[in-house]
Amino acid sequence: MTASALQRLAMRNHPAYWAFVVHRVSGVGLALFLPLHFLVLGLMLEPRAADAFFRWTEQPLVKLAETLLVVLLAVHLAGGLRLLALEFLPWSDRQKTWIAIAFGFALFSGLLFLLAAW
Amino acid sequence: MTTDLDVQVWRGDSAGELQRYVVPRGDKQTVLDVVTYIQRRLDPTLSYRFACRVGMCGSCAMTVNGKPRWTCRASVERVAEAGSLELRPLRNMPVIKDLAVDMTGFFEKWQEAGGRFVPTSTRHDPIAVVPPSSPARQAADAGIECINCGICHAACDVVAWDPAYQGPAALNRAWTLQNDVRDGDHGQRLRAVASGSGCLGCHSMGNCARYCPNSLNPTGSIAGLKRLAVKAALKGEL
Ligand code: SF4
Ligand code: SF4
Ligand code: FES
Repeated sequence: MTASALQRLAMRNHPAYWAFVVHRVSGVGLALFLPLHFLVLGLMLEPRAADAFFRWTEQPLVKLAETLLVVLLAVHLAGGLRLLALEFLPWSDRQKTWIAIAFGFALFSGLLFLLAAW
Repeated sequence: MTTDLDVQVWRGDSAGELQRYVVPRGDKQTVLDVVTYIQRRLDPTLSYRFACRVGMCGSCAMTVNGKPRWTCRASVERVAEAGSLELRPLRNMPVIKDLAVDMTGFFEKWQEAGGRFVPTSTRHDPIAVVPPSSPARQAADAGIECINCGICHAACDVVAWDPAYQGPAALNRAWTLQNDVRDGDHGQRLRAVASGSGCLGCHSMGNCARYCPNSLNPTGSIAGLKRLAVKAALKGEL
């Protein structure tokens, strides 16, 4: 990337923009995951396939991916709540506080899941 | 302060290119001083806009090292990176020539968003009393010092993605008018800003508030419009 293209990207380097990017990326990620989610739900109709699947999910790598998924969910949920708060409560420059609370909550959920899963 | 500045300046219309100039550093030099130096001493064909030179008129905005800024109040010392400046026209508006953009579309959006005060009384009526402490007056106050510089409009990615989007400046203006108790057009203006290309398009990414040279908060103003729009929709008034 050229220096000036980098500079133009740097224009967006502030918390509110990052919050927007994270919200969008987590949203798209979750949307991509959704069909897989339904596929697995469909598996439940076949007990043997379901058992095999659950054994597969015991692998550390899959657990890690699951953790990531929980973080995505938490991030998207918290980001959504942040937006609702920003847009529906009267504004008083607490934007950054809301961003911090949202990320804090998301990280906390991820850690909680990790602890519970391992 | 003895070193020279390495300045790259956009020349031509949208199909132009950067051209390099060397400008001596000066005490308390602003970016506008640099552009003026180039035009007066190095290349009189350079086109750019300014008027007041003191941050009042809003005509001198350019993209300085990738960020939209009012150049008359941007000190070189603060914004130059490694002794160099890259000056381009504002984003999201057609380039006329060099550093001058066509702001027609920008101002048309103010009209689209109902940015015009509609009086409810005439000069023969007594002067309206608006208590300075009333919430509406304070909300209007927070957004009223806009100098129409177009910086927020250039900073907004939604404007870049959707050319029909009314943009932060026009919507901020609409919000100040919705809070003006003397204005008689609240209903129609709300319909205008709640339309497809209005306030609901905003992603609250805050580029506008980040770069507004007068520290206004269009993101907050737009959030206010969204609240009004939802309230009106719930009441079946939209
Ligand atoms: S907060 Fe809204 S208007 Fe401001 S830059 Fe972001 S999308 Fe544009
Ligand atoms: S809101 Fe701020 S950045 Fe936008 S046009 Fe007005 S003064 Fe310029
Ligand atoms: S020249 Fe008027 S605001 Fe910069």
